[in-house]
Amino acid sequence: MTETNQLLRLLKEFPLAETHRPWARRIVDFEAWQGAIDLLAVSDWDFLGLWAEPQASDKEKFQVHMALRDGENTTVVVITLPLEGLSYPAVSGVRPGALRLERSIADLFGLVALGAEDMRPWLDHGRWPVNHPLSEAEPREIVPFEYDFLKAESAEALHQIPVGPVHAGIIEPGHFRFHANGEAVVRLETRLGYVHKGIEALMQGKTLLEASKLVGRVSGDSTVAYAYAFARACEAACDVEAPPRAVWLRAVMAEMERLANHLGDFGAVCNDAAYGIMLAHAMTLKEKVLRAAHKAFGHRLMMDCIIPGGVAHDLGKEGMAQIKAMQREVRRGFERLAQLYDDTPSLLDRTVGTGVTMASLAHRFGTGGVIARASGRSIDARRNPGYAPYDELDFDVPLEIDGDVHCRLMVRVAEIRESLALIERFTDGLPSGPLTRPLPAQEGEGMALVEGFRGEILVWVRIDGSGRILRCFPRDPSWFQWPLLEACIDGNIVADFPLCNKSFNCSYSGSDL
Amino acid sequence: MTPILKLLAKALLKGPVTEPAPEQAEIQELADKIDASAKVKLGRSLVIREIDAGSCNACELEIHALGNPLYDIERFGIRFAASPRHADVLLVTGPVARNMAEALKRTYDATPGPKWVVAMGDCAIDGGCFKGGYACLDGVDKVVPVDVRIPGCPPSPTDLLKNLLALLETVR
Repeated sequence: MTETNQLLRLLKEFPLAETHRPWARRIVDFEAWQGAIDLLAVSDWDFLGLWAEPQASDKEKFQVHMALRDGENTTVVVITLPLEGLSYPAVSGVRPGALRLERSIADLFGLVALGAEDMRPWLDHGRWPVNHPLSEAEPREIVPFEYDFLKAESAEALHQIPVGPVHAGIIEPGHFRFHANGEAVVRLETRLGYVHKGIEALMQGKTLLEASKLVGRVSGDSTVAYAYAFARACEAACDVEAPPRAVWLRAVMAEMERLANHLGDFGAVCNDAAYGIMLAHAMTLKEKVLRAAHKAFGHRLMMDCIIPGGVAHDLGKEGMAQIKAMQREVRRGFERLAQLYDDTPSLLDRTVGTGVTMASLAHRFGTGGVIARASGRSIDARRNPGYAPYDELDFDVPLEIDGDVHCRLMVRVAEIRESLALIERFTDGLPSGPLTRPLPAQEGEGMALVEGFRGEILVWVRIDGSGRILRCFPRDPSWFQWPLLEACIDGNIVADFPLCNKSFNCSYSGSDL
Repeated sequence: MTPILKLLAKALLKGPVTEPAPEQAEIQELADKIDASAKVKLGRSLVIREIDAGSCNACELEIHALGNPLYDIERFGIRFAASPRHADVLLVTGPVARNMAEALKRTYDATPGPKWVVAMGDCAIDGGCFKGGYACLDGVDKVVPVDVRIPGCPPSPTDLLKNLLALLETVR
């Protein structure tokens, strides 16, 4: 009997939440939660997310949910622990990716993860006018917290380099604290939360359409993937499927978003290795994708084009022609750039062997996306657990094993080619029919996993009888990628940090919420 | 021929991809005006420091696009600086997350005068879809004085250029 089955066997005795779709949600007791954690220590289940909400029967009491996926047979399961008090056993001891989620739950709800290694506030910088905004939301005096950065100690002299929250480039804000010995980085610690907008609180009580707009702005570069995941979660909660044309159009948009972002990242990484010509050409190609998106779907980033129940914008003949023309041009232009990259030793010298991320860490932190696939961890939500229309198709999920900046670029290169091919298949095979299907106003809980350009996005929703959001938890892939950035920079030189950082391209807004 | 030579030869033979101004009447008109008034005010250049005060990062994508060879913002004498000490203009995105308010104020204070502030995007103007929460201040003008407001979610690169001109006219 494998460990996998042990976990499912442990959970089988516990009641199912009947309105939770498409995967099972089991309501467990304290012992079983602890038992599940113990089993995680010796099994290969992926940790997908951890979130809290008030109990339905008693709003004064809370419950925590943990989502897990069996890496082998695509089983996804949600485990719920109703709490008597204000604490629950920490998951971060066995799945360290959970640590920042636990710290956020402490900030937002006042719930304590027992046994967690790090209890410092995360999202809460002491600058909100309320305490625990998602529970009692008690008014308080604003006194910014001092943040106790981890210390690095050594017999050799170390110095600190504080960077941010306002950075030198046009990027999002966050604070990086380097401990360095001359040029070599000894420790990097990130402090985030600067762009926390309180999106989870803002979503509560909103209609699905209003909430979809907010979810599409959790991380603007992944607006399609977020709206896609949210729509699928709502449809699961209402037990409705989007019409076939909408399903295919969503995939066209998702691949165009992936294509545009990967092109931008490819150019930007090369630019951070002082190879500006690549950025100029890659950004020109990216602009062509955005303009085609604008012509085809009415918005350059395709914001608010995917809605619960279907899509808000049809693809007409003119739009189709634009996409086809873009595809030809980008395919031709990109191959030239890929050749140029291969043919430039001075560039390869910067990327090969820089910022190595190990597969074992990627697994422990539940890391997905390009970063995982560049480290030999083959996961892609389009394939596992899979969703329409990808589950009807064969497509490549590229894999590299060395985990350095070069491998992350190579995965992107392969995915650009794959996305171009997928866009062609989706537009060629586009079924006809309606664009939306109405969602009944009914109570329900739904969850969805969608592969964005950065990695898998999880969205979980609870909808009330009037079709409004009671609780929504969107989990960005960056939650489990930021910690690996800290790890991969160890022993590299400070000057290679921008290169490593860009090759990760984590979202600040997505994980600050 | 090596890939880099092919690329350079193509650029030489075909010319730059930067869109010729006459075809983009709107942009050409902008370029002319920016050129004329910028010369008078700012010695033909305008230096911008961008600050993300809680944006979803979509605005940043469109600011990046301004630098691509098709828009090539630098031909107008406008460029982005790494430090507020070198800036004439602060281009601020996001509804101003409370966690970013002090950083925004300090960046403003670090910018030498004369200086102007542009609030970019619906949420920078009044909080937009993030309005009314506990974590945002609902608008850049709650923290620093704003001279130009650029609506949109996010505003397109063309909108951005158009409004940088409006800024120059405002300060004339």
